[in-house]
Amino acid sequence: MAKQYETVIGLEVHVELATKTKIFCGCSTEFGGAPNTHTCPVCTGMPGSLPVLNKQVVEYAMAVGLATNCGINQYCKFDRKNYFYPDNPQNYQISQLYLPICHDGFVEIETAAGRKQVGIHEIHMEEDAGKLIHDEWEDCSLVDYNRSGVPLIEIVSEPDMRSAEEVIAYLDKLRLIIQYLGASDCKLQEGSMRADVNLSVREVGAPEFGTRTEMKNLNSFKAIARAIEGERERQIELIEEGKAVIQETRRWDDNKEYSYAMRSKEDAQDYRYFPDPDLVPVVISDEWLEEIRQKQPELRTEKLERYKKEFEIPEYDAGIITGTKKMADIFEETTAICGKPKKVSNWLMGETLRLLSEANKTPEDIKFSPKNLAKLINLVESGTINNSVAKDVFEKVFAEDIAPDKYVEEKGLKTVNDEGALRAKIQEIVAANPQSVEDYHNGKEKAIGFLVGQTMKAMQGKANPGMVNKILKEIL
Amino acid sequence: MNSMDLTAVGLGRKIKAKEISVEQAVKDALEQIRQSEEVYNCYVTVDEEGALAQAKKVQGLIGDGTLTGPLAGVPVAIKDNMCTRGLRTTCSSKILDNFIPTYTAQAVENLEAAGAVILGKTNMDEFAMGSTTETSAYGPTKNPRNPQHVPGGSSGGSCAAVAAKECSYALGSDTGGSIRQPSSFCGVTGIKPTYGTVSRYGLIAYGSSLDQIGPVAKDVTDCATILEVISSYDKKDSTSVERKDCKFTEALVDDVKGMRIGIPKDYFGEGLDREVKEAVLAAAKVLEAKGAVVEEFDLSLVDYAIPAYYTIASAEASSNLSRFDGVKYGYRAKEYEGLHSMYKKSRSEGFGPEVKRRIMLGSFVLSSGYYDAYYLKALRTKALIKKAFDKAFEKYDVILGPAAPTTAPKLGESLSDPLKMYLGDIYTISVNLAGLPGMTVPCGTDSKGLPIGLQLIGDCFREHNIIRAGYAYECSREAK
Repeated sequence: MAKQYETVIGLEVHVELATKTKIFCGCSTEFGGAPNTHTCPVCTGMPGSLPVLNKQVVEYAMAVGLATNCGINQYCKFDRKNYFYPDNPQNYQISQLYLPICHDGFVEIETAAGRKQVGIHEIHMEEDAGKLIHDEWEDCSLVDYNRSGVPLIEIVSEPDMRSAEEVIAYLDKLRLIIQYLGASDCKLQEGSMRADVNLSVREVGAPEFGTRTEMKNLNSFKAIARAIEGERERQIELIEEGKAVIQETRRWDDNKEYSYAMRSKEDAQDYRYFPDPDLVPVVISDEWLEEIRQKQPELRTEKLERYKKEFEIPEYDAGIITGTKKMADIFEETTAICGKPKKVSNWLMGETLRLLSEANKTPEDIKFSPKNLAKLINLVESGTINNSVAKDVFEKVFAEDIAPDKYVEEKGLKTVNDEGALRAKIQEIVAANPQSVEDYHNGKEKAIGFLVGQTMKAMQGKANPGMVNKILKEIL
Repeated sequence: MNSMDLTAVGLGRKIKAKEISVEQAVKDALEQIRQSEEVYNCYVTVDEEGALAQAKKVQGLIGDGTLTGPLAGVPVAIKDNMCTRGLRTTCSSKILDNFIPTYTAQAVENLEAAGAVILGKTNMDEFAMGSTTETSAYGPTKNPRNPQHVPGGSSGGSCAAVAAKECSYALGSDTGGSIRQPSSFCGVTGIKPTYGTVSRYGLIAYGSSLDQIGPVAKDVTDCATILEVISSYDKKDSTSVERKDCKFTEALVDDVKGMRIGIPKDYFGEGLDREVKEAVLAAAKVLEAKGAVVEEFDLSLVDYAIPAYYTIASAEASSNLSRFDGVKYGYRAKEYEGLHSMYKKSRSEGFGPEVKRRIMLGSFVLSSGYYDAYYLKALRTKALIKKAFDKAFEKYDVILGPAAPTTAPKLGESLSDPLKMYLGDIYTISVNLAGLPGMTVPCGTDSKGLPIGLQLIGDCFREHNIIRAGYAYECSREAK
């Protein structure tokens, strides 16, 4: 009988923080920009330059730590991680090893298998490296230090996950928490969130963990899921063949769906960590910690509960709306303006999601403003336009964020509520469709639908459907 | 009269009184450089053109009343490990032979704002690693008191330039005695201030937790005046301290009545030259005669200072110097095959033997498995040494001792025996480990005519005490 294996996974997640300036100098963190334009003596490792810590980095790290139930080291330090590489201008990275800012936390995840806690070993602050560009044509390499010194936090989990599904749930949870805190936009594709997967397998019931490998270069949730599956199979195969899994770092190639060994533990570098003498220890006072605690925004779980209670939104809908901070923000702002949470929810759950999925976009890409959605809802609710017109108008709002009131005015899309005019038009329709009138009188209820449709068509969709129904029945 | 015979403050006064022009002062310095530089080799780079241009500019600013400070127009020499925008900065290393900084060190900026005119950059031990200025890639500096002898180091170029009157005053840096020991050897006065007093921004780091910039000059008044100008709280340096008590010239008072002076017995044991010992104890007698209460005591832990220092400083240096890799600036090997070969060749060819020795030592003590045994132990020793000083300063205002166990050795004597050279730092390095201020004041010569230096050590942020003691001693010395 085939042996049963269990996958044991721990994650190292790097998150680029949304500060305006870099972690140790005043240079902009803005993405793009001509190479080496967001640089200064500090982030290019000029002789004699010195780092000065950006306070906002500490505050974001604390906020993430608190939101993930971590203890905060109120006395923490920065250490130098020494290694030579051209993207690293000082040839050491300023990071935290001995006293990281956050430790021993957890987040709760939910999968088909139920709820569970994933432990967080630590969160530390560090600086990002520059970017190497290899010019094959000129046979040389160029370095761009714009990204050098961009602040990162690294969130190190405990080896608590057992499947790709749990890993995705954990990453999604982290992403939501961090986005809600405003600490990062957490985009995997753009590299503002990066995950390295530590994975080992063992026979179900085995007391010890197996030898693990670390997988790098995972740029999407799908790549992570594939890489986990691939690595699990590779390790099981080795074990079944009686071979040993080697502790090593591997690089995942998502196109080939295979990982390649980068370096093994034997030739792992000795980073010669030691406390950075250019930086003083970070001392976090009780007051400062309390201030951050007080400023913590409402996170997803709390928001979801509140939506259900306060706005009477169904669990499923509340789940989707709070699934991204962008959606939740639009929901709340629109509701605040128009006061109709259920209508807002309907527009987001229905038309918005439909148009997003058609365009292959995510809620983060939403361009329309809460103000214009609120106006549209008010136009419908006041009977100024009917639902079908509203859907057309919303497409314009969604695409161009137009002001719906002006648009409706300009295009003459207002519902016709003039009963006299409507009655005259309906009489024309009835007269022109004797067959349908007869069918109706013969008990074919459906026939009235046709007449309504004809009326709406004649009215260019602007008639009040309730009124059309009423008048039709009277005439018939 | 040559304006380089004057003290910096004396020259500043004459410039203000329009008795000497800034240009004349700069020309006097340049003339002296022309005459004696071939023998002494105090400078790596002399910026004649820049200095003369700056002289004109500063003269104008003095004329229109913009610059009124005591150092306005006075020519200065800067140790070659402080960045100067547009002016080559080498750390006396081949690896930075072509390095022209894009910015100026904060301490130098403070001097420039006070109207200093920079003559050039002074020679030093490569990356400040050495005690003789012989490890420089640009040849050794000779001691102006006797060119057969070394000037000390690592700020040997700065101290020799002051002694040779090739500048009015100079800036040095002190990681383990690099201002105080060469000041002693060259017969000039130098202060290493409390760690955090002078910004390190723009000082090319050797041992970051120990490095401090300080003045080298002809007397205590000059040193106090210069220190007052270069001290500043600098947000660009996280280890900079916001001090409200930087009016060091206020301590220039000839009065030590009741001042408590401690003489550590540990500083007068084996290895101390007899003539140095006698001269230093005679200086103590002078202060005692002026009303100071002088007493011997046991400092303890002195033997542990050298191993702790060389562990910490080398560890930090091994990391600080890793940025010199041929990628961004500085020397790159001509021929190499791939990245690692470029790193290896550039660094092998660019660094001298003493620097390599310390990089290897530092890398070793930080490597995994040895970190606790060496580096952490050294940090604990450092903390204990600080404690021992704290205890001593409960009883004393000033600790008095020699700056170095001997007078200047002959050229070439030290290089063959680095361990002996390291031991020569025994009286100065504890001061860096504890972050204290220390000053060297000349206190006579030995039978060969070589200068002897008296070292005065104060508690953290108590430069005033050592300046007062030094000034009082100097007043009596001059009177003799």
